[in-house]
Amino acid sequence: MSDTVSAENDAPPVDPNAVAITVNGTPITAQKGELVIAAAERAGVYIPRFCYHPRMSSVGMCRQCMVEIDTGRGPMLQPSCMITVTPDMKVETDSPVAKRAQEGILELLLANHPLDCPVCDKGGECPLQDQAYTHGPGESRYVEAKRNYEKPIPISDHVLLDRERCILCDRCTRFADEVAGDKLIHFIHRGNLTQVNTFPDEPFASYFSGNVVQICPVGALTAKPYRFKARPWDLAQVESTCTTCSVGCRISVHSSRDQVLRHQGVDTGTDSVNWGWLCDRGRFNFEAIDADARLGEPLVRTESGHQPTTWAGALALAKQLIDGADSIGLIGGARSTNEGAFAWARLADALGIDHRDAQLGDGLPASVLGLPRATIDEAANATTVVLVGPDLKEELPVLYLRLRATAEQRRLRIIEVSPASTGMTRYAWRTVAYRPGSPSEVTKALGAADIAEQLAKGDVVVVAGRSNLAESETTAMSVLSAVLAAVPDAKILPALRRGNVVGALELGLAPTDSDHDALATLRRAADGSLDLLVLLGADPLDDCPDTDLARRALAGAGRIISIDTFPSASTRHADLVLPAASFAEQSGTTTNLEGRVTRVTQKVTAHGTSRPDWMIASELAALLGHDIGFASPEAGTALIARTVPAFAAATPAALDEHPAGVVTGPVTGALPAASSADAPPNGYDYRLVVSRKLYDGAVNTAMSPSLAPLAVGAAAHLHPADFDKVGLAEGTEVTLTSTTGSVVLPLHPNANVARGTVWAPFNQPGATVNELVDASAPVTDVRIERLS
Amino acid sequence: MSRLTDANVALAREIIARYPKKKSALIPLVHLSQEQNGYVTEDAMRHVAELVDVTPAEVYGTASFYEMFRFEPTGKYLINICGTMSCALLGAHELMHHAEHTLGVKAGSTTPDGLITLQHAECQAACTEAPTLQVNYRHRYRVTADDFDHLVDDLRSGKLDSEIPPHGTLGRNRQHIPVDRAVGAVHPDDVTSGPVWLEVSPS
Repeated sequence: MSDTVSAENDAPPVDPNAVAITVNGTPITAQKGELVIAAAERAGVYIPRFCYHPRMSSVGMCRQCMVEIDTGRGPMLQPSCMITVTPDMKVETDSPVAKRAQEGILELLLANHPLDCPVCDKGGECPLQDQAYTHGPGESRYVEAKRNYEKPIPISDHVLLDRERCILCDRCTRFADEVAGDKLIHFIHRGNLTQVNTFPDEPFASYFSGNVVQICPVGALTAKPYRFKARPWDLAQVESTCTTCSVGCRISVHSSRDQVLRHQGVDTGTDSVNWGWLCDRGRFNFEAIDADARLGEPLVRTESGHQPTTWAGALALAKQLIDGADSIGLIGGARSTNEGAFAWARLADALGIDHRDAQLGDGLPASVLGLPRATIDEAANATTVVLVGPDLKEELPVLYLRLRATAEQRRLRIIEVSPASTGMTRYAWRTVAYRPGSPSEVTKALGAADIAEQLAKGDVVVVAGRSNLAESETTAMSVLSAVLAAVPDAKILPALRRGNVVGALELGLAPTDSDHDALATLRRAADGSLDLLVLLGADPLDDCPDTDLARRALAGAGRIISIDTFPSASTRHADLVLPAASFAEQSGTTTNLEGRVTRVTQKVTAHGTSRPDWMIASELAALLGHDIGFASPEAGTALIARTVPAFAAATPAALDEHPAGVVTGPVTGALPAASSADAPPNGYDYRLVVSRKLYDGAVNTAMSPSLAPLAVGAAAHLHPADFDKVGLAEGTEVTLTSTTGSVVLPLHPNANVARGTVWAPFNQPGATVNELVDASAPVTDVRIERLS
Repeated sequence: MSRLTDANVALAREIIARYPKKKSALIPLVHLSQEQNGYVTEDAMRHVAELVDVTPAEVYGTASFYEMFRFEPTGKYLINICGTMSCALLGAHELMHHAEHTLGVKAGSTTPDGLITLQHAECQAACTEAPTLQVNYRHRYRVTADDFDHLVDDLRSGKLDSEIPPHGTLGRNRQHIPVDRAVGAVHPDDVTSGPVWLEVSPS
């Protein structure tokens, strides 16, 4: 080392934050402000603990982390999760006094904790069980009867509580308060009677409720989808990345007997996207992987409907369909891995397919990905976030958690631009409520003195997406332009929802311009001038905001090939359906909204004969006389790194070294000029706002028995004050009519909806609200009439 | 139905205005709801939660920590008989037996007419005056069986109405600060200087 250091630098630089302390006689270097328990752990000394959690504030509830600390006044017993390091501190974690204290606490915790480990789900991975062995006294002096409670009681749709097992560590209640912001569970009563519980008849209905099961240090909180399904020692696990939405949370996938049984959040440390947290949708939608409805073999359309066929026959037919087509459109790819999207992009290049898009007319122009991009960490630690996009709590829940955390601490100011109140509104510094279709109103509001002053402080991140699917992307783009004009060095975090949409767009499935995007492709199909439409994990009928267009397109397309995991409204129209391997059934990489590339890992055998997207592309290419250039996901990852400049850093070796992922750089591009023309009102009274809820008709949610019942159902939500205007009572069935169609929906009062607008959740069971949307119009206006 | 009445909502708003953070008014408001209904009802907790912008679970969790908040229907008069050392030595148990016999209910329950709730209590800080009891937290000292009977008669006949408010908690001793004399509390997040009693030496 020393010979590489130049002469004037021979003294190593002194870290101003370094604090020298001694743990069990060994000198270690801690960081200023670090807790003793954390510093000791970094140095390899584990101090037993139950309540301490590195991502939440310390409370010193359980007293298990007692150690002897000497700061010059002699050794004293202190809880090491409450004491920060000071220079020359001496810590003894297993001196006789410290051990006696730790054993005493464990004996007390076990005074009431039942020893039902053999029938407890946590047994085998239980911090209390483990630490009773490693740090406990081995025997108890208590002979008295233990506490009994009615067991178990449900505290939410997913979580059950066995109160007699609870050791009152405050982890779940702290999580609900500090992290989720849903303070729906609390300590009730006092002393020996203290218990965690909800308010009567008011369940812990948090989108993040599953996390409390993961952080519970005993078996008090268990999740219904996993309860009594397996023992921890029978589970095999791999680390992977959740692809339910584009946040890309790191997870570990646990399976037993070739069946995925649960997902747990993984905290990859300093560069972690999700800090170990997951939303309930991502945590529990593994149930869809082995749902009965999965497509297990290729289907070909015959006169008597879809008939199963062999892969050889199916691929030969696909070749025939492709050879016979002069014009081909390719929609989808956001469900694929990077390798799947890349393989299909290369196949599309070889076949000269111009019409291609990984979005469905519900995102932003792919050119936004060329702008300087922020990471989630940068957004959460920015001075200002301008949020013009979906309700993050509903669409990108863990991004919501990350931004909420710093906004709540008043370290971040969020300026929200939204046509309706969202989950983030409560934490926003300013909310610009605008009427859909009036971007000039928004840009004017952003020019207000206080907002301009805030933006002038610099360090601005724009979180941009679509806040309203019944409105064109004009508002989002004009806000983006306005903020970039005011703050030229602002960064952008694209709030596009689909799992690997960023990867698919950047790896070649982005349209060259708006004349070749998904809507243009569908229009061309509807005109009858598209010979073949390839749907790569896309279901335009349910997922495109303009159902009418999708329906005409599927009817008008010459032929349709659908590659999907489940039968959908759109696969029913396909001439050929190829079954695709789903999440946890294939390996590869995925790209999240930051541009972070992480590995996804196969854990179970693919359902039936389903194959990964890249393999289907590869075999099809071979039949057609082309070559996609790789024959395994690993080779695909390497090829992407070699040939796509933005992904140059995401080599297989780099991904092995950084489990938290490699953030890829954006390719510089220019933002298209945004039109800020306002949409004039037409003869209809109410402007329509359509946005997604966390639980909707998305296939992996609808196919998970635990999640499907949580979909709110289709409805028209109106501000309570507007009820008088329409003269109708709550719950009335009404007809909403727009220029393109009409749907029947029940009418609900909702104070979060702005007056003069009607809000309807997208893709909900009950009715198809997208019937109302005309994707070519800037906004959608509707009329509300009583169903006669 | 057992949400706060309009008059009490007005009072609640005045109480909330005294604190820089709404949440600080939680306990006074739960007292207020108990004064109104005799005990803390679920509807009242929901109402208080709305008023101070927290969740009902937080209200329930906070309120259930405190012994003086009751969550079961309670009589107009709550009689607490002390059973701690001095009172126990001077006949508290006999007094409790007598009370149970006279009222015809066990400790911890309420007379069928909903007038009196009887319960055990710990030390009431008047050991020199043992045995003691409290009626709606108003002390009675050196209580004999006869005293108890007289007390119950007086309560039933309404003789003590002026002295002992119904559903009484200590919250009856309520301060009222005229607007022009209120100092105005500063939100903790807005405090930039140190406390006035601490001299801050220039660094």
